[in-house]
Amino acid sequence: MDGIGALYVFVLAGVAGYVMIARVPSVLHLSLLSGANFVHGVVLCGAMLALARAESHAELAIGFVAVTLAAGNVVGGYLVTDRLLRLFERRAARSPRSARRGAGVAASSRTDSSSADDDA
Amino acid sequence: MNPSLPLVLELAWFVAALMLVFGLRRMSAPSRARSGLRLAAGGMTIAVATSLAHPDIGRNLLPMAFALVLGGGLAYLHARRPTTSAVAASIALYSGLGGGAAAAIATLSMLHVGERPEVLPALAVLGGLAGSISLAGSLTAALRLRRQSAGQRHFAQRQVAYLASGVSMLLLGVLLSASSAAHPVLVILFIALALTFGVLMVLPIAIADLPVAISIFNALSGLAVALDGQMLGNTLMLVAGTIVFAAGLLLTRLMARSANRPLGEIMYSGFGLATEERGEGHSAGDVSTIDAADAAVALAYARRVVIVPGYGMAISQAHHKLRELTQLLEERGVETGFAIHPVAGRMPGHMDVLLAEAGVPYERISDLAGINDQFPQVERVLLVGANDIVNPTARDDRDSPLHGLPVLDVDRSGGVIALKRGDGAGYSGVENPLFGAVGTRVLHGDARQSVQDLITALKELD
Repeated sequence: MDGIGALYVFVLAGVAGYVMIARVPSVLHLSLLSGANFVHGVVLCGAMLALARAESHAELAIGFVAVTLAAGNVVGGYLVTDRLLRLFERRAARSPRSARRGAGVAASSRTDSSSADDDA
Repeated sequence: MNPSLPLVLELAWFVAALMLVFGLRRMSAPSRARSGLRLAAGGMTIAVATSLAHPDIGRNLLPMAFALVLGGGLAYLHARRPTTSAVAASIALYSGLGGGAAAAIATLSMLHVGERPEVLPALAVLGGLAGSISLAGSLTAALRLRRQSAGQRHFAQRQVAYLASGVSMLLLGVLLSASSAAHPVLVILFIALALTFGVLMVLPIAIADLPVAISIFNALSGLAVALDGQMLGNTLMLVAGTIVFAAGLLLTRLMARSANRPLGEIMYSGFGLATEERGEGHSAGDVSTIDAADAAVALAYARRVVIVPGYGMAISQAHHKLRELTQLLEERGVETGFAIHPVAGRMPGHMDVLLAEAGVPYERISDLAGINDQFPQVERVLLVGANDIVNPTARDDRDSPLHGLPVLDVDRSGGVIALKRGDGAGYSGVENPLFGAVGTRVLHGDARQSVQDLITALKELD
């Protein structure tokens, strides 16, 4: 891709990412952080290609490290996010009404900035 | 785009990118979060499977398989252990791994400068920089979270070391970006400097603020992945990385705002602190929780219950429900009362106005001076979205930012039930060891809903 095209993609994807999670309730901060962490695991694609293209021993070593780390990112990122969201689901299951409330809260602006218990 | 790449592969990557992006989007709403993760996981599977079908894949298959099994397997063994309290540390770890992978890819590209003239060397330099800082910073943060005793580290000339590594790293980066030939020694030096810089960045940050720092490093990992994506001509990585970068920046701001701390203060305040170490004891990760039914029983069989409302009661408009709860308790013979701290809520008198609106009799409301010495006789304290005004470190810890604030001594009561909306992972600006104390049970959820649950549970007792 040429530089200007990439710039368009970079800026537009950036705006999309920003808009996407504006107004997220603070209970979801940690699981969303974890989810984003999983998503950047796509670096695995690049790491696999880099390792496949490696020729010297040094390149092979660096590529090997890249694939190992990226695979860890993908698997670990998924498991941690899943565990976080499962906790969340269990909590919601105990009182189904609060789960629905939670969804409503996400859409309202009332709670987007501060969580209730952070203040005096 | 790489013209030699079959259209099918490009299309598959495109679909994978969409699934990752929309998966992340779904994760920002509580009710759909898990389906969002599954969607993203599907995208990831397609992305990786497509990469395996890439025409360039064919060599070094054995080391690749070994690396996949090694990295994935270790992460699986590590992440499946149910240590919920260490979640923040785990996120930091895996986020750092992603940054490290991106840095390694960028390093390979830096070693091959000049071979692919269409690739801007600066992309690799920036990718290596962001990835290395994220790797070192995240791992340092994870280690510090693991060992809660490891407080802020201050060593002599830390500012000098920080500035020196930062400036030399930037100069070297500019040099490498401008250079048209590969300089392996300089590249290694550059990466080493970036790693050092990442460690130095994290050391002075307070433990309670580390989740915010982790979020920054997560965004940096995203940026590194995006830069690598552009460098490799992989639009999937460019898009996914950029989305994570932007979302991560916003998330960082939101988290800093929930913690009521300006970002600059979080990142740099430690540099100005005195040289002695400040032990950061409690992490909110190890709170004991209670469900509404058990909490209702604890309240119903107490002789005296004191309710301490905070801003959380105001924000969730729980005061009418609280009045109903106290009436139910009194019908069961429980003596109830409210204790109002002078700075509870956002303005003086905030709590009084709300309780009056709910019809709580004036004589049931006590102020700080009126009730503080009675807490040892109180069997149960119900905190409703209150935090700083009951933080015992304000009384006991000279180094606490709250030190000197008069607080309600609820920790001296028979037991505390805290209605808290936070998910217990330690986001509050100032740590509150009360929530991790032996006598404290936390009932998570929106205050009004939790009070309603308590009312329902109380009614079911009969």
